Amino acid sequence: MYAFKYQRARTLADAAAVLGKDGDAKVLAGGQSLVAAMKLRLAQPSALVDLGGIGELQQIKVEGGAVTIGAMTTHAAVAASAEVKKAIPALAALAGGIGDRQVRNVGTIGGSIANNDPAADYPAGCLGLGATIATNKRKISSDTFFKGLYETALETGEIITTVSFQVPRRAAYIKFKNQASRFAIVGVFVADFGPSVRVAVTGAGPGVFRIAEMEKALAAKFAPDAVAGISVPAEGLNSDLHAQADYRAHLITVLSRRAVEAALG
Amino acid sequence: MTKFAIGQTVHRLEDPTLLQGQGCYTDDLRPQGAGHAFVLRSPHAHAIIRGIDTRAAQAAPGVIAVLTGKDAKADDLGYLPCIVPVKNHDGTPRGDTPRPVLAFDRVRHVGDPVALVVAATYHAARDAAELIDVDYEPLPAVADVFAAAQPGAPQVWPGISNNIVADLHMGSKDATDAAFARAAHVVKIELIQNRLVANPMEPRAAFAEYDPATDRSTLHTSSQSVAMLRAHIGDIVLKIGDKLRVRSGNVGGAFGMKAMQHPEQPMIVWASRRLKRAVRWTSDRSEGFLTDVQGRDHKVFAELALDRGGRFLAVRATVYAGMGAYLSQFAPMIPQSVHSMMPSVYAFEAAHLHLIEVTTNTVPVDAYRGAGRPEGIYVTERLIDIAARQLGIAPDELRRRNFIKLSQLPYKTAAGLVYDSGDFEGLQAKALKEADWDGFPARRAASESRGKLRGIGLTMYVERCGGAAPPDSVAIKVNRDRVTVLPGTVDNGQGHTTVLKQMVSEYLGVDMEKIDVSQGDSDANPFGLTGGSRFAVVTGTAASIASNEVIDKGMEQAAKMLEAAAADIEYRDGDYKVKGTDRRTTLFDVAGAAGGLEALHIKNTGALTFPNGCHIAEVEIDPQTGVTTIERYTIVDDFGRALNPMLLLGQVHGGTVQGIGQALFEHAVYDNDSAQLLTGSFMDYAMPRADDVPSFNTSFHHTPCVTNPLGVKGAGEAGSVGAPPAIINAIVDVLYAKKGITHIDMPATREKVWRALNS
Ligand SMILES: Cc1cc2nc3c(=O)[nH]c(=O)nc-3n(C[C@H](O)[C@H](O)[C@H](O)COP(=O)(O)OP(=O)(O)OC[C@H]3O[C@@H](n4cnc5c(N)ncnc54)[C@H](O)[C@@H]3O)c2cc1C
Repeated sequence: MYAFKYQRARTLADAAAVLGKDGDAKVLAGGQSLVAAMKLRLAQPSALVDLGGIGELQQIKVEGGAVTIGAMTTHAAVAASAEVKKAIPALAALAGGIGDRQVRNVGTIGGSIANNDPAADYPAGCLGLGATIATNKRKISSDTFFKGLYETALETGEIITTVSFQVPRRAAYIKFKNQASRFAIVGVFVADFGPSVRVAVTGAGPGVFRIAEMEKALAAKFAPDAVAGISVPAEGLNSDLHAQADYRAHLITVLSRRAVEAALG
Repeated sequence: MTKFAIGQTVHRLEDPTLLQGQGCYTDDLRPQGAGHAFVLRSPHAHAIIRGIDTRAAQAAPGVIAVLTGKDAKADDLGYLPCIVPVKNHDGTPRGDTPRPVLAFDRVRHVGDPVALVVAATYHAARDAAELIDVDYEPLPAVADVFAAAQPGAPQVWPGISNNIVADLHMGSKDATDAAFARAAHVVKIELIQNRLVANPMEPRAAFAEYDPATDRSTLHTSSQSVAMLRAHIGDIVLKIGDKLRVRSGNVGGAFGMKAMQHPEQPMIVWASRRLKRAVRWTSDRSEGFLTDVQGRDHKVFAELALDRGGRFLAVRATVYAGMGAYLSQFAPMIPQSVHSMMPSVYAFEAAHLHLIEVTTNTVPVDAYRGAGRPEGIYVTERLIDIAARQLGIAPDELRRRNFIKLSQLPYKTAAGLVYDSGDFEGLQAKALKEADWDGFPARRAASESRGKLRGIGLTMYVERCGGAAPPDSVAIKVNRDRVTVLPGTVDNGQGHTTVLKQMVSEYLGVDMEKIDVSQGDSDANPFGLTGGSRFAVVTGTAASIASNEVIDKGMEQAAKMLEAAAADIEYRDGDYKVKGTDRRTTLFDVAGAAGGLEALHIKNTGALTFPNGCHIAEVEIDPQTGVTTIERYTIVDDFGRALNPMLLLGQVHGGTVQGIGQALFEHAVYDNDSAQLLTGSFMDYAMPRADDVPSFNTSFHHTPCVTNPLGVKGAGEAGSVGAPPAIINAIVDVLYAKKGITHIDMPATREKVWRALNS
């Protein structure tokens, strides 16, 4: 780790001010991705602005058919939240399946989606549930937020404040874990909103993506067989030590079917 | 009898300290003013060092010293020794791979140490290291053991052609070939032994102190043997002899990897002596992946010959054993165990191993997690499973036909080992019953009705423990109120202190509470090594003999105190007594009056022991994803005798989980072209976890060992020997039924299994 300055922000405005002055400063949330990268000397921010002291970023609210989660809410808090469990049990389960207990106790939803690791879970939850990401400057739809490998629509110095999820009729997330890292080799989030259905896939490609053909088939008939015959081309999918592209493509179909099964209970 | 004697379950006395974070590991030693070291390592697998410019680093803030291979050469440091001589089949000695403390003109694996920076803080040292300019000329590199041995492969060492550092035959080739010539059936297999990383919880560490008054250095280091490190580092590398003292505190895991010296230990002592100040270094996890000696890395071609009735005639193998870039301390000896273990628990006529030891541009390999025994047993037990399928004989029946029988003991195996004890047929029968072997078809049908494929895998195992080299010592000292036991071994988490106290408590008839164990100091614990599952056998026996010597030494004094002739004194339950009377005095009173009693026993029996057992794994495979889950797991072991049943089970569980790790998850994968380690962190190197394994059904079928007075055989590595063949045999049970496939290499990952089922 290289030397850096540390600052604990009291308000969102404080944090934004520091970021505005120093282009190499970074927001610190749970540090589960950022600090690890700093320890490996892969990231070298000049300063860290800790959002941990800003209470308004840690709230969970359910109103108007949406679940709104503050950016600094930990994975453990989402997993344990009675409101989230009631409104979108699949989202609570997703949070409860991230990493291990230690990671869940400090890692945050804001940090996870800002980081946009191609194998992270929340991006699938956001895209699958058509989430809206609010920042200190604007609101961004999940359909335009995730830009591929570690890239998002966030501008330099922009801070995520909340993430709002539409409450679906039913939903499920099935994750096929990497046996080493426990991130997703493939994770499929399926959400049924009545007339429309969303299917979002993480882990398989350079970034989270939707599968229009499955969404259409499921909108017509929300049943496992509706997707069982739909295969996704292997081209463009990740191929690495842990899974080659054709295996990932195959898993997408298997997991989609299982996700629909799970959503139907 | 004291209440915590041998054979009782005593809870680990170490646990309250360790679990509350009160242990003292090497990295916990952080005196003010110590220099912090960072080792700059090669990013290339193979390169010539054209020059190293350290000027900017020397001038960086906080830097105390920057040292390179040139400085080591100027100071006439020796090479890290490989202590195993090997003769090639043509009579020539094995090749040599001199391993310097710091690379001098060439680097041979990614992670090879190139420069040492000592600074006021770790971060200052690391920052300065980035300023060192090393002028590398990259060379072609080779990582795959089989490819490296082919003509035209990049050469790791100029004088070693085709990278073959040793080429030898073990066992009788003629007798084996003759047996194959008259065989009715021959089955073959080609397999790999996947390369493993040890990954102990506590990384390697070295901390050196220097005392100008005596010119002595003390190296504190996480190890398995202070005595051996003292000799190798003090005598051979640094050439300072007894001016080096080596100490180990708590050790957080090793399984072989911390038995041998690594370059950083002499490097840190050397730097400390040059600077006349304390210097400390602790490996981080990334460094551990690139520098801790690794295990296995074999490419194997093997065959089993059977007669018409399914009797085993002979087994033979050609093994290409990866050694890594340098021959580590014991490395060339480890794959030789493939030969001694290949006959396993069966009555073979002959066994033959053609062993080709190969250097590659990878981290050196050495004794680890079973050290050769898992490799040998795996070969034979996989061959037997294939034979059973091809001959249509049940795997348990085929083994039964070939067991060495009780009536044949002591039995000299085809590899020349003499098994003293072991009821293999009885043990297998017990395991089959425990595993409900006969109920398997019903469980398989139940799995299939849920869309899952079920397989069962059986294996027997035996391993070779105890033995002569190096000798182990135990010193026992008694004063007026306490007994101190000084073993030559170093506990790495096994619970040696607990078990030693139990043993000495029984030998001397003294309460455990009055016994201290003091280990890990080369000044006080002169000989010994933790390794090879030999603590119970060798240290236990030495402790028994030293205890008796202490008792004998007190006889004269006791006689004086009791005003009787020494011949009339007997020792029982901690007291010297005049025979036939109630006149007595305690060991402590006698020791107090005598000004202390002490004895040192150096044990070097040479007698081997043969722990053995049976593992039966039952797996369920999801054909859609290739996911394998272990549904049932049965283990029956013969360890001769249990010193502490609870600790013994801990050893069995730990070894088995690591064996399952090898079978299903772990693999150190190198890029074929660049020889970069692709699995250099826990993001990519999969370790077994608690939720990967079922609750084990364990039991014992002990037959006492007759070559040591305790009757024990050793248990530490047993699980790591049994688990790989049991798991793979179970998976192949499914693959054969569905696809006629007879082998799948370790680790049998989900993708590999899925591909096999969909091939
Ligand atoms: C061992 C381990 C296992 C893991 N397993 C999983 C897993 O299975 N699935 C999974 O999805 N993730 C996993 N993770 C990652 C984990 O979920 C992290 O919590 C997450 O990636 C980052 O969240 P954080 O709060 O720690 O963010 P930090 O590490 O603090 O920050 C990450 C990045 O986001 C930026 N940032 C943080 N908050 C904001 C904000 N409000 N606005 C704008 N930018 C912000 C930071 O500047 C930084 O660039 C794992 C991590 C570890 C260490």
